[in-house]
Amino acid sequence: MEFGNSLAHLGAGLGAGLAVIGGGLGIGKLAAAAMEGSARQPQAVGDIRTSMIIAAALIEGATLFALVICMILGVK
Amino acid sequence: MQEAATAHAAEAAHGAPGEAFNAGETIFHHLMDSQTLDLPFVGEVHLPVLHIGSWNLPITKHVVMMWVASLVVLLVAGIAARRRAMVPGRLQNLVEMLVVFVRDELARKNIGHGGDRYVPFLLSVFFFILACNFLGLVPYGATATSNIGVTATLALISFVMTQAAGIRENGFGGYLKSLIPPGLPAGILPIMIPVEIVGLFTKPFALAVRLFANMFAGHAIIMALISLVFILKSALVGFFLSVPFSLFISGIELMVAFLQAFIFTMLTSLFIGMSAHPAH
Repeated sequence: MEFGNSLAHLGAGLGAGLAVIGGGLGIGKLAAAAMEGSARQPQAVGDIRTSMIIAAALIEGATLFALVICMILGVK
Repeated sequence: MQEAATAHAAEAAHGAPGEAFNAGETIFHHLMDSQTLDLPFVGEVHLPVLHIGSWNLPITKHVVMMWVASLVVLLVAGIAARRRAMVPGRLQNLVEMLVVFVRDELARKNIGHGGDRYVPFLLSVFFFILACNFLGLVPYGATATSNIGVTATLALISFVMTQAAGIRENGFGGYLKSLIPPGLPAGILPIMIPVEIVGLFTKPFALAVRLFANMFAGHAIIMALISLVFILKSALVGFFLSVPFSLFISGIELMVAFLQAFIFTMLTSLFIGMSAHPAH
C-alpha cells in the first residue's frame, strides 16, 4: 500500500474517533439536561422528549457528516 | 442475514484454505448492493438487467428487498384494514396503534392545523422505512436503507413534499418570502440568502445520511463481530464473544430500526410544519 493511502486510512480512523467524541459529548449533555428538566417538571415529559429527540437527531446529523467523510477516506 | 453471512463466510473459509480470510472484503460484500440474491434452498440467483430504450436498469438485491418491503406493507395494512372490527383483533390493534401514533404525535403535533392531509404520506414513509429496516434483520434479507441511493431518494421525496406543502399553504410569493426569516435588515440579505439556500438543502441531505449511516453501521458491526471468529480461527471466540455480542447488537438494531423510521417521519413532518406555517 502506498504512503498516501495509508495516511488516508489513518486520517479516517482518527477522524471517526474525534467525531464520535464530539457527538457523544453533545448528546450526553442534551440527555442530562432533558432528564433534569423532566425530573423537575414531570408533567412536561412529553414535550421535553420530543424536543430532545429533534435536537439529538440534529447533533447526530452533524456527527454523521464527519463520519461520511471518514468513510470516503477509508475506502479510498 | 447473520445466518446467511456465517454460512457464506464459512464456505469461503473452507473453500479456499490457502487464501487468508479478508474481513473487510467479506463485510463489504454483504453490505453492498449486488446483482446476486441469496435464497433459501435455491442458492445464489443472478438478477437480470432491464433494458429500457438506451438505459440499462439492473435489478439489484436492494431493489428486490424494496419490492418485498412494499409487498409486506401492502399485505399487512390491507389485511388489517379489511377485517376491520369494532373490537379490534391483534393485527388491527398493532397497526392501529402505529397509525394513531403517527397521526396524533407526528402529524397533528408538528404540522398543526391541516396536518391530517399529510398523514397518508407520513404513514407510507414510516411503514416503508420500517419494513426495509426490519428486512435486514431477517435471514437472507438485506437492508435496502443501508444504500445511500435509497435513502437519498426518500429524502428527495420528503424535500419535494415539504416545498409543495409550503407553496400550497402560502402561495408561491408567500413561500419565497418564508424562506428568509422576517424582520431582517436589508444589509444582511446578501449573506442570509445563500445561507438560507444552503440550509434548505442541508435538511434532506442530513435525512438521507442519517438513515444510511445508522443502518449501515449497525450491520457492519454485526458482520465485524462474526468475522472475528474467522480472523482468530477459534470456536471459543465465537461461542463467548461473537454470538452473544452480535445478538446484543441485533437487539439494539431492532430498536434502531424503529427509531430511525420514527425520526425520519418526525423530521419530515417537522419540516412540513415549518414550511407550511412559517410564522411559528
